Amino acid sequence: MSAHLSYGRVNLNILREAARKELREFLDKCAGSKAIVWDEYLTGPFGLIAQYSLLKEHEVEKMFTLKGGRLPAADVKNIIFFVRPRLELMDIIAENISEKNGRPPQMHSPRDFHILFVPRRSMLCEQRLKEQGVLGSFINIDEYILDLIPYDGDLLSMESEGAFRECYLESDQTSLYHTAKGLMTLQALYGTIPQIFGKGECARHVANMMLRMKREFAGSQTQILPVFDSLLLLDRNIDLLTPLATQLTYEGLIDEVYGITNGYAKLPPEKFAAQKKQGEVGKDLPTEPKKMQLNSAEELYAEIRDKNFNAIGAALSKKAKIISAAFEERHNAKTVGEIKQFVSQLPHMQAARSSLANHTSIAELIKDITTSEAFFDNLTVEQEFMTGVDTDKVNTYIEDCIAQKDPLIKILRLVCMQSVCNNGLKQKILDYYKREILQTYGYEHMLTLNNLEKTGLLKPQTSTRNNYPTIRKTLKLWMEDANEQNPNDISYVYSGYAPLSIRLTQVLARPGWRSIEEVLKMLPGPHFEERQQLPAGLHKKRQQGENRTTLVFFLGGVTYAEVAALRFLSQMEDGGTEYIIATTKLINGTSWIKSLMDRPEAP
Amino acid sequence: MAFITANWNPLGEAFYRKIELYEMGWSLRDGLKECLVAAAPYGGPIALLRQPQRPSSSARPQLEIYSSSGANMASFPWKSGPVRQLGWTVCDDLLCIQEDGTVLIYDLFGAFKRHFSMGNEVVQNQVLEAKVFHSPYGTGVAIVTGASRFTLATNIDDLKLRRLPEVPGLQGAPSCWAVLTQDRQTKVLLANRADLYILDNTSCTPVTPPGLSLQSCSIVNMAVSFSYKYLALFTDSGHLWMGSANLKDKLSEVDTKVRTPPKQMVWCRRPKSQQPSVVIMWDRLLLVAGECTDTIQYTLDEESVCVAELDGVRIVGGSRHELLQEVPSACQDIFKIASMAPGALLLEAHKEYEKSSQKADEYLREIKEQSVLGEAVRQCVEAAGYEHEPETQKTLLRAASFGKCFLSNYPPEPFVSMCRDLKVLNSVREYTVGIPLTHTQYKQMTVQVLIDRLVYRKLYPLAIEICRYLKTPEYQGVSRVLKHWACCKVQQKEEPDESIAHAVSVKLGEAAGISYSEIAARAYECGRTELAIKLLEFEPRSGEQVPLLLKMKRSQLALSKAIESGDTDLVYTVVTYLKNEMNRGDFFMTLRNQPVALSLYRQFCKHQEQDTLKDLFNQDDDHQELGNFYVKASYKEKKLEARLSLLQSAVDEYNKAKNEFAAKATEEEMKLLRFQRRLDEEMGEALLGLSLQETLHALLTSNFHKQAEQLYRDFRVPDKRYWWLKLTALAEKDDWEEMEKFAKSKKSPIGYLPFVEVCVKQHNKYEAKKYVSKVTPEQKVKAHLAIGDLEGAAEAAIERRSEGEISTVLSRCSPTTDRALLERLNRARSTAAKK
Repeated sequence: MSAHLSYGRVNLNILREAARKELREFLDKCAGSKAIVWDEYLTGPFGLIAQYSLLKEHEVEKMFTLKGGRLPAADVKNIIFFVRPRLELMDIIAENISEKNGRPPQMHSPRDFHILFVPRRSMLCEQRLKEQGVLGSFINIDEYILDLIPYDGDLLSMESEGAFRECYLESDQTSLYHTAKGLMTLQALYGTIPQIFGKGECARHVANMMLRMKREFAGSQTQILPVFDSLLLLDRNIDLLTPLATQLTYEGLIDEVYGITNGYAKLPPEKFAAQKKQGEVGKDLPTEPKKMQLNSAEELYAEIRDKNFNAIGAALSKKAKIISAAFEERHNAKTVGEIKQFVSQLPHMQAARSSLANHTSIAELIKDITTSEAFFDNLTVEQEFMTGVDTDKVNTYIEDCIAQKDPLIKILRLVCMQSVCNNGLKQKILDYYKREILQTYGYEHMLTLNNLEKTGLLKPQTSTRNNYPTIRKTLKLWMEDANEQNPNDISYVYSGYAPLSIRLTQVLARPGWRSIEEVLKMLPGPHFEERQQLPAGLHKKRQQGENRTTLVFFLGGVTYAEVAALRFLSQMEDGGTEYIIATTKLINGTSWIKSLMDRPEAP
Repeated sequence: MAFITANWNPLGEAFYRKIELYEMGWSLRDGLKECLVAAAPYGGPIALLRQPQRPSSSARPQLEIYSSSGANMASFPWKSGPVRQLGWTVCDDLLCIQEDGTVLIYDLFGAFKRHFSMGNEVVQNQVLEAKVFHSPYGTGVAIVTGASRFTLATNIDDLKLRRLPEVPGLQGAPSCWAVLTQDRQTKVLLANRADLYILDNTSCTPVTPPGLSLQSCSIVNMAVSFSYKYLALFTDSGHLWMGSANLKDKLSEVDTKVRTPPKQMVWCRRPKSQQPSVVIMWDRLLLVAGECTDTIQYTLDEESVCVAELDGVRIVGGSRHELLQEVPSACQDIFKIASMAPGALLLEAHKEYEKSSQKADEYLREIKEQSVLGEAVRQCVEAAGYEHEPETQKTLLRAASFGKCFLSNYPPEPFVSMCRDLKVLNSVREYTVGIPLTHTQYKQMTVQVLIDRLVYRKLYPLAIEICRYLKTPEYQGVSRVLKHWACCKVQQKEEPDESIAHAVSVKLGEAAGISYSEIAARAYECGRTELAIKLLEFEPRSGEQVPLLLKMKRSQLALSKAIESGDTDLVYTVVTYLKNEMNRGDFFMTLRNQPVALSLYRQFCKHQEQDTLKDLFNQDDDHQELGNFYVKASYKEKKLEARLSLLQSAVDEYNKAKNEFAAKATEEEMKLLRFQRRLDEEMGEALLGLSLQETLHALLTSNFHKQAEQLYRDFRVPDKRYWWLKLTALAEKDDWEEMEKFAKSKKSPIGYLPFVEVCVKQHNKYEAKKYVSKVTPEQKVKAHLAIGDLEGAAEAAIERRSEGEISTVLSRCSPTTDRALLERLNRARSTAAKK
């Protein structure tokens, strides 16, 4: 279930195993039967590390969701709280426990309470527990350092939803501290990364912390030959445009349409019901959404996920031919040996066939959407903005969408995009949009608009100079002749638009950032390069033609389309660099804007 | 060489030897007479409490601490109460157990560290006897009081006193007793004349050792082995019983023929030894008893003390310090007279070789013929480890090295590591260091602990040399020693802060993994705050600096260090601390100078203390945020008036922030809310809280056209949006008549395609058709298609000669479509394409 993590250039399963080992060690510390009370937010990320079976092996008999009131009854020796270090959660735990104390003691055998803080214990929270008078009830207070979670063979995520908001809106750099710590763990397992590049304020901060921590750990370094040649830290706010655009890769579209959470997508069940019981279609359609895990463990998915959606049809039909040809092979199998060989391949082929059926269904679902007029119109406007057409005027399409009360997030994505592509909107235009939004969707969105302005997604034009066209031209962000079927450039992931963040990565590898100093100055925050001393004898001697390995870390989130673009660069024959991607969270325009919205609570 | 066996004495199958470790460096006038003595195992220090020469009220006893070689480390008059027992902890601290149950702890150099009490009960009843013992949990103390009750503390560093149950029939002290650790539990074994009991936490159980003859005799002495596995009992009939400590097996019983109760009895058994043996000491006699009926007897010419070790017994006397042990089998094999063991032959061979005699070859041949050369080398290496004299060690190692030459593939590690170990051992056995460790003990205690012991003795240079020689990782080795050195250094009161800080930084330099904060903490403990702060500057881990800085009340510095670390939890910790320490004004001022802390505190307040949040914004004159704050607050209010007044505050703040848009939008919201309330009251609608758009929609669907019109004008709703709104509202309630009127009221700002589409959406193609003709030419095709009029769409497209539109129409054609139409379209497309 985790083999796919070890296929890539860097064996990320080492990281997963390290995390699992630590979990097992903690569980064994609490001898006897256990119940886990989960901070609900953590269950998704934990699913990427350990399945229920692992917990069961270590005598976890029950699992509950953390909520107020008294703890559900469970006849276990240990109750373990798995929580993030948040004050409000401490209050709930205190409530859970003191409720328990109120009960007659003979009802239960005495239980031991434990807390496991993820990813780090916090003095503030312990203080709160102390104030609530329950700190003494805990036998173990521990931390489970889960910063970077292996998400796929070349992808690490911290699964920290609020990271962008915290860093850029609330100036809370907690997630950056966790990032730096996570990178230190990574270096402990995969060796010191000799070169660090970065762009942006947060990137600078993370790099500073890393260098500092390295000094702190001096002497306890591990003697490991470095796996990564360099690290590139990128702030999300140097490229606000990319996540706003609609992703056009297969995986990107699944995420745009259905959302992928912790590696799982929930899909409408209708399409998947038919293929299972062909006899009784429509009889009892499942009403539960179909939950599908999407990662490179599935061969077909790994093959097609990063393709432009327009190339999916061809890819699927090609695959279909291969599979049916493989099944036809049985007619050619004459000898017993041949038949035996065929049979041995059957399970694999059947898996491939069902995988093909699943993805054909998904592709059909998505095709219904992408061929709709609304989708087309929206995309046209996005592309106009990205190419700089009429970005300084009120856009009629946006106006119409507001008038028809399309979903607010869609409007916000478009308005923000226009603002970003125009390096801010004229005050009059900005006020017009804002007024339209407030009148249509309600005054309470004032706070959300304010947040968007604070993060720079929406801003009034200050200087007359709009430098977006310069950036676009220098970095070749728009490619007229994007080839969707057989791409030769990263711009295929957005059918024409080449993500700025990935262009920066590409240029860094060749010919180097010196060639684009001008553009770098236009983007916010400093750019820098640091070198970390390697212990003697660990300098890698590169074979000729051997690729460099670069870890690209997106602070504040990355989209699936960007990931696809980096994978495309890794696979380029003369690319010379392979990329491993890390991020605080996998995002898309919708989830991203959502994280920045503020809804005042009603009384 | 020939005399190596001179001091061997046979006992049964085995031999015992007594070798001199040191000639004691102390000069004690009366030897160990009238002394309370405690000598720590593993060649540890020796403490003496000497009673005054002439007993008088003013004379005080003298406490002296020596190394194993008798070098004086501390000496001072004992000024506290009468002492019952001395003992050493695993960390080389001296425990002095007083009659009143107080236990005083001193370090190796006689500096007082702390004290604790063995319980209140003891103060009255007094301690009759006490024992210090070691277990996996640390060092423990056991006492028996005048009331014949036992009290135990298993670990003096985590003091938990346990009073054991009463022993039936016991008056005063028992005849003899010992502390045992079994099954992770500490117990007391005691003899009251002929009765033997085991005392644990809950019960007192009488026990009988299997096979002890002469049941009626009293047990007068007992000894538990170093490993707690074996037990020896001595009866007043002179019999010695040996068996397992769990009293299940008997090993042997020997009649010593001495009936006087012995002064001391200890086990003398090495791991893998050939027989169990016990050393018993009387005034003038030392006796070794084993399995056989014979015993070895030594005469003692001075007052001595026996110290049990893992692999033998040390005998400390007034002038000599000796080690008595069973001769290890490797040594026996090599040195036993006329031994033909491979090792012995190899040693012979080498001896001959040194003499350039051809006999060397003969011996070697003999070994090789039996193909036991590997075994021979192994024996020589092993035996070297057991020998105390460096010359003997060298002889054996040379022989081993010689033998190795004739072997291919013999692994070098055992030889090399033995050489290393011996070099370390010989250096600590040096008279000046005085730690007479055997190789077996050294392996058991580990290098780490040996380094610690050297550090306790302040032998820093030797410790560092050993670390470097053994290539111990810096982190565990040199750095650790340096840290101890620095901790010691900061206690030198006469030196000024500056020079100590300088000395420490120079010596420690960039040594890896040094915890300066620990050193600083020590300095602070000694009352040298300034020095502590100076030292903290060297600490690379800012996280480590913070707690100490807070303790020293340097909160500002702590805050900046916390921020430097990037650890936000640490920042929060300092901020909470500051909040409690300072008055509000100062607290806010401090935060103001630290933006990182300020924004974190804001976050905290946002979730926990809304009012403080407002104060913070007020202090910073952050009117924009104040405005937002009031807006948020307004939503928490149920009453409209309160809500409006909060919104008014928001307007004021936005004005101050020069945010015209926000101020105006808020005013409009207030206006809307008032309007909604009025309508709700007048018409019984439920509009309050809806957006303007929703309000309009609600009004239009409820036929309040006039009010809608008014809102539309008052709030300057753009025409386009209003038309869309009205259009959809009318369609939703199927008011086609009104829609037609509306369409004709004036020229539509949104064109007429929306009319078509909205009607189709409401499944009214009939109405939709009415508007198709009004649609602009550009949108004609779309309009026709919307109502499913393929021919109309085709006409429009052909007329416009637009390739794209023709294709769109074609794509909507189905197999049932009229042939002629298809042809026309195709033709038109090709013409259009040619253009």
